[in-house]
Parts: sequence; structure tokens; C-alpha cells
Amino acid sequence: MDVILFLIFAVLAVGCAVNVVLQPHPIASAVSLIGVMGSLAVLYLLLGAEFVAAAQVIVYAGAVMVLFIFVIMLLNAGREERRGRSYVVRLLGLPLLVSLLGLLAVLARGLGGDTAVSFGNFTAGAGEVGRALFTRYLLPFEITSLLILVAILGAMVLGRKEID
Amino acid sequence: MQAVPASWYLALSAVLFVLGVAGFLFRRNVITLFMSIELMLNAVNLSFVTFSYQLQEVNGHIFTFLVMVVAAAEAVVGLAIILAIFRSRGTLNIDQVNSMKD
Repeated sequence: MDVILFLIFAVLAVGCAVNVVLQPHPIASAVSLIGVMGSLAVLYLLLGAEFVAAAQVIVYAGAVMVLFIFVIMLLNAGREERRGRSYVVRLLGLPLLVSLLGLLAVLARGLGGDTAVSFGNFTAGAGEVGRALFTRYLLPFEITSLLILVAILGAMVLGRKEID
Repeated sequence: MQAVPASWYLALSAVLFVLGVAGFLFRRNVITLFMSIELMLNAVNLSFVTFSYQLQEVNGHIFTFLVMVVAAAEAVVGLAIILAIFRSRGTLNIDQVNSMKD
């Protein structure tokens, strides 16, 4: 059952990610990206990360992607033209990507060890995450709020009309 | 219940990350470049959660949470910058935003 669920959602995630890269229209890429995030949320549930799965759906698939789609519609972004690609990227891009994938795959095999993931062996709900977040990681959490404040101010400054 | 090796999750994360890098290298549209960055961040989150399972600790989840917050803040500021670029140049093509090159 675990293997079947993993395979279904891994294939879904990879398919949607390929679609993100290949679609010429940004709105199609955005919808495919929502598919990737949704399947990743299911994989997080399989890994026992309940809180992260919920946050993934709410924050990523909800808030961030709504922002993306809003901007795409606001700017009326159309199909992108596919010419004038630089020679460096055309020559070296694919070999470099394949070697990066090989490197990461070797790392994955090494780091994965002989751990086997089965659903229910380890669950961390909101309780455990919250306890760690408000004791050991309290300072990073507070700094996060500053970061969000700065981001809000930056977005307001960048997004306002030009002053004459 | 048959168990899934943790390295499969890490391999999936590697594939998603490389697809994000590919999108970043080969696409021209600023918004799509931005979505490729989000894809890479998601791939890294998956490996964080996998390592968290492997160590039976909650720390990886905290990091994932912080990455999500940073990604949200980055999306807000980045999309505001994209809006500003579009207002001043009228294009989303990254190749036409090259006035610092000459």
C-alpha cells in the first residue's frame, strides 16, 4: 500500500514538474505547480509530517500560488517566445543537468541508508512541532516574524505608484 | 504494509530539484523562472522531511516550516519586483532586461 501510494504521487509530482518546465504559457505552469505541491503534501503525510502537509496545502498551494496566478493575470502574461537562447546554455545546459542529477542520485543512495519508510512509524503532528518551535527554535521563529514584516514593507514600497 | 526505502524519497527530491534547475536555465519568462525557484525549494523540503523521518526527530519539520515562510516572503517581494519591471519596461522576457550588460 505504501509503495503504491508513493509511486502514484511520485509519478504525479514528476509529471507535473515536467509540465511546469515545458508549458509555454505561465498559467499552465502555475496550475501544474499546484499539482506538484499537492502530491508533495500527500508524500509528507506518508512520511508522518502531518503539520507540514497541512501547511504545504495552506501556504504553498493556497496562498503563494494564488499570488502567482493573480500576478500572471494582472500582467496578462502570454506565451513566451523560444528563441535567442544563449549558446552557453544550449551547449552546456543538458550535460550539466544530467551530471547534477547523477551526483544527487549518488548522494541519495548514500544518505538514504537502509531506512525504510512505512506509514505510522513516526508521526509529528502540530503538538510536537509546536513544542520544538516555541522552545528550542524560539529565536528563529521570532526572527521569521521580522522577515515577514520586512517583506510586507518591501512589497508595499515596490508596488506603489511612482512618485513624481 | 510494504515499506518504501528512504532513498526513493531522496531520489524523487533530486529529480524535482534538477527539473527546477532546468526550468530556471531554459525558460525566458520571469514568472516561470520564479515558479522554478519554488519547485527547487519544494524539492529541498521533501528531503528535509525525509531526513527528519530517518532521524526520528522533529527538527527537519521546523526547517521545512521556516523554508515555507522564507518562500512566502520571497514570493511577495519577488512578484512586486516583477510588477515594477513590467511597469518600467513593458516586458516579462528576461533577455530584454539587460541594461546592466552594456
